[in-house]
Amino acid sequence: MYLNQFLLLSAALFAIGVYGVLARRNGVLVLMSIELILNAVNINLVSFAAFQDSISGEVFALFVIAVAAAEVGVGLAMILLLYRNRRNIDLTEIDLMKG
Amino acid sequence: MSVYAEMVGLDPLTSGEVVVAQNIAFGLIAVIMLFSALRMVTTRNVVHAALYLVIVLAGSAAIFILLGAEFVGVTQVLVYIGAIVVLFLFGIMLTRGALGVDEEEKGEQRLMSCLVAGLLAIVTAGALINTFSDAELTRSSPSTTATVGDSIFSQFIIPFEAISVLLLAALIGAIVVARKD
Amino acid sequence: MVTELFIFAESASQSGLPLGITSGGAWLLRNAWLIPLLPALSFLGILFFGKRMPRKGAELGIAAVGIAFVLAVLTGLAWLDHRDNYHGEETHLAVAAVEHHGEISHDEHHDDSHDEHAASGHSESGHHATHSSLAVSNTVTWFQTNGVDISVGVLVDGLSVMMLFVVTLVSLLVHIYSTDYVGGDRRYTHYFAFLSLFSASMLTLVISENTLQLLVAWELVGVCSFALIGHWWEEKPNSDAALKAFLTNRVGDMGLLVGVTILFFSVGSVLPDTFGSFSIAATNAVANNGLLSHTALLVAATCLMAAVMSKSGQFFLHTWLPDAMAGPTPVSALIHAATMVVAGVFMIARLYGVFFEGLSIGGSSINLMALVGGITTLVGASLAFVQRDIKKVLAYSTISQLGYMVLALGVGAWTAAVFHLFTHAFFKACLFLGSGSVAHAVHSFDMKSDMGGMRKAMPHTYRTFIIGSIALAGLPPLAGFWSKDEILAGTGGWGLFGGTGGNGSYTLMLVMGMITAALTAAYMTRCVYLTFFGEFRGHGDVHESGPRIVAPLWILAGLAIVAGLFNLPKGFQLVPDSFQERFGHYVEPVAGYFPTISHATPSWSLAIISTLVVIGGASAAWWYYFVKVEAASKASGKSLTELPNGPTTTYPLAKIIHNILDKKYYLDHLYTGIIAGGTKGPLARMAYRFNQQVIDGTVDRVGETAVKSGQFVYDKIDQLVVDGAVNTSGRLSSEAGGELRKIQSGKVQSYAAILFAAATVLAGILIVIV
Repeated sequence: MYLNQFLLLSAALFAIGVYGVLARRNGVLVLMSIELILNAVNINLVSFAAFQDSISGEVFALFVIAVAAAEVGVGLAMILLLYRNRRNIDLTEIDLMKG
Repeated sequence: MSVYAEMVGLDPLTSGEVVVAQNIAFGLIAVIMLFSALRMVTTRNVVHAALYLVIVLAGSAAIFILLGAEFVGVTQVLVYIGAIVVLFLFGIMLTRGALGVDEEEKGEQRLMSCLVAGLLAIVTAGALINTFSDAELTRSSPSTTATVGDSIFSQFIIPFEAISVLLLAALIGAIVVARKD
Repeated sequence: MVTELFIFAESASQSGLPLGITSGGAWLLRNAWLIPLLPALSFLGILFFGKRMPRKGAELGIAAVGIAFVLAVLTGLAWLDHRDNYHGEETHLAVAAVEHHGEISHDEHHDDSHDEHAASGHSESGHHATHSSLAVSNTVTWFQTNGVDISVGVLVDGLSVMMLFVVTLVSLLVHIYSTDYVGGDRRYTHYFAFLSLFSASMLTLVISENTLQLLVAWELVGVCSFALIGHWWEEKPNSDAALKAFLTNRVGDMGLLVGVTILFFSVGSVLPDTFGSFSIAATNAVANNGLLSHTALLVAATCLMAAVMSKSGQFFLHTWLPDAMAGPTPVSALIHAATMVVAGVFMIARLYGVFFEGLSIGGSSINLMALVGGITTLVGASLAFVQRDIKKVLAYSTISQLGYMVLALGVGAWTAAVFHLFTHAFFKACLFLGSGSVAHAVHSFDMKSDMGGMRKAMPHTYRTFIIGSIALAGLPPLAGFWSKDEILAGTGGWGLFGGTGGNGSYTLMLVMGMITAALTAAYMTRCVYLTFFGEFRGHGDVHESGPRIVAPLWILAGLAIVAGLFNLPKGFQLVPDSFQERFGHYVEPVAGYFPTISHATPSWSLAIISTLVVIGGASAAWWYYFVKVEAASKASGKSLTELPNGPTTTYPLAKIIHNILDKKYYLDHLYTGIIAGGTKGPLARMAYRFNQQVIDGTVDRVGETAVKSGQFVYDKIDQLVVDGAVNTSGRLSSEAGGELRKIQSGKVQSYAAILFAAATVLAGILIVIV
């Protein structure tokens, strides 16, 4: 197997994730897209671990999973707070910082 | 190279069909993952999006197994599909977007996102093809859970501790942010 | 089983550092872990079955702690036996040190006596082996990582035996008291569950064999404290107080974590075959023998001091402790006076080798610990003056007394500090439970508006409270006098009083201690007057509390009277020699993991002077409250609360001081207003201003400049260019500014799009170029 097939898959997933983050208006969906991005990164890490026959990449993939769990926890808490305050989780409606 | 061959006990040098089987498996998984990922970011039903996310995550778990990282694959299933997706479903439920349908995106925003994502895909793909055009995977045998564990608790003990502190901080942070005063 | 990798049995070795601990000893000493196990089991039992029990789980908690108390007493007796019978034949454990590290010379921070010790530490290591008082250690491997055994186990010596006794006793009395005090509470069962868990964690803490175990127990007591302070969490102030206590403690816990980590690796660096060690005995032994660099020890000791400051309520992290009085009173007595808050003091006493070396306590210059303790003791005592809430008086008094202990440890008076911890536990628990008894009767903690004249209605509470107050103030022959006097003697800054010994000449600490002694006597007089004398200002009919409240009060009061006699000073002529310094003899480790400290000999003159100071403070307050205020109150016929506030209204200086004290030295303002608010409000404001002024400003200015330049062009070369073209260029720029301004949409996704696009473009450029 070639390294590139995994890397390209990961790149495609990353791009799709970025699209989701930028295009979707639902806050939960944006968080899900971020998970997609992190997952793409994990595929990258593990393929390089296999490429170099070392363990470090896998360990860091595990760390990324842990960080992703933390991120989802905090992110969802924020979205819940947002929902409680505004009854709405449409990110395009939140523009208090508008210049 | 042929991790799978190693795993099922075949001689990697003489089992060319294993390589073919691996590539076919990869192709199938990749197609399913890409399709699901695309559907996830485009579907208007939020619950469907979460279910598509499950497929993508399961697919990448399969990819991890294919790459010989069994522990990461298992953790992926446990943590992502078992915990994070459930959390998402709760989030969807609590924000009542659950059964409703996500609003139509603005065309302008979608176009802009398409452009950025497409540009990103092209640049990364170009860079990858340029750099790793004929690099082959060299791993000779799948990594065992024991090696991963040893490595976490010796070489990576500090990052590991940092992660535990981070998780605690996230835990407290999530409670503080979400609690009702 | 012993952690054989880095500690190995060694009978007469010249290369190892003797720890002076043994794996032998009486069965009870080796199995001291049973004592915390009982309340731990009772915690689970109460949690799962408590509600179905006839007395809602209280009986299980009392039984567990009661048996633990009996075991602790038996363990104490076994320890006395062990200490007396040891003749130096037992195999002792030693920690092996790498040869070349042993040659590290000692810097000048050590005083003479210590240099002697350090020099003997390596070459004559057999010396300690023949020393008596072997601590008992019993460990099992918890887990193993990369060749390092992480063990759990017990390290039983005089200090831990003493703590076991104090914790189980106070906990037992508090359990009994609570059955009445919180009787009928809606979370009665949970209350007892957490009391059990608290007892279990505190008991684990005091017998911890290694710093990791200590850390775990430390956090557990913090959690229990959080849960119990917030016991009545329905009221916002209570849950706020719980959060404040927890978060303030987190600040210090960070220090503990860092300190323990530093110690782990620095000890590992001098031991063969390992990269770290959590063992308390090994850590202390290595620190004592000068094998660790002074800098590493200084940093570790400072980090650990942060933990002590938060847990033991030392200045400037003490602000949580008075708020913690929001919890039920028995909890305040158990946790915030007698046991948990002394965890910090205990930790210093336990890791004394590290602190002794790291902070150069053996020297005579003022060190961090003595200074923190000294400031705390003054701050606490002065703040106790202005409180209306009887529990807050006691809370600040606790802070002050904890400061006393830390001060004592900081000047090298280890035994005095630990002895003060011992006596303080009794009289402070007595005072707290007494205040709870009063509050139980009048349903309020406010001394000024709801108490007064209680001595007739509550004779038992009154008498025990008076005993506790006298013991706290430190009048002979009650407990507080002996321990306080030893601390003052230990400061050693009293050559003028004719004493000898002590580690240094901490004159400043002696002065601080004396002032605190006077203040303590004065504020306790005030507290006693406001609560028990004058006329009753509350409402309703007041009765003495029931036997389950009064009995613990009398037991504690009795101990507050006699506890001081356990450690009569050496050279005290009135008793035979065998009654002198019993406590110090049995509690102070004479082991390789304990630094050699020099002892002070108390003198009559110091004792007399400190007693006079106490009497002076008390009589000043007595004159003011019992004579002046009482007379004014009678003359005007008004009750105390309606009287003008005395000196604070008459003298401006007194008013200023009163204000500062009333605002608790403005520390809370500093934390919430300036530090928290400073990072919260201004940051948001700064971001807003950045948005408004910099970004918008830039965009606007682009337009403006364009308009201006257009104007310039219009004015100067009006003749050469068509007016319209100039105007158009100006308008175009202005419009460009307006367009650019749209980027500032405030929508996070458009910002993200710009971010991703920019990053991609830059990455693309990088790829092309490289």
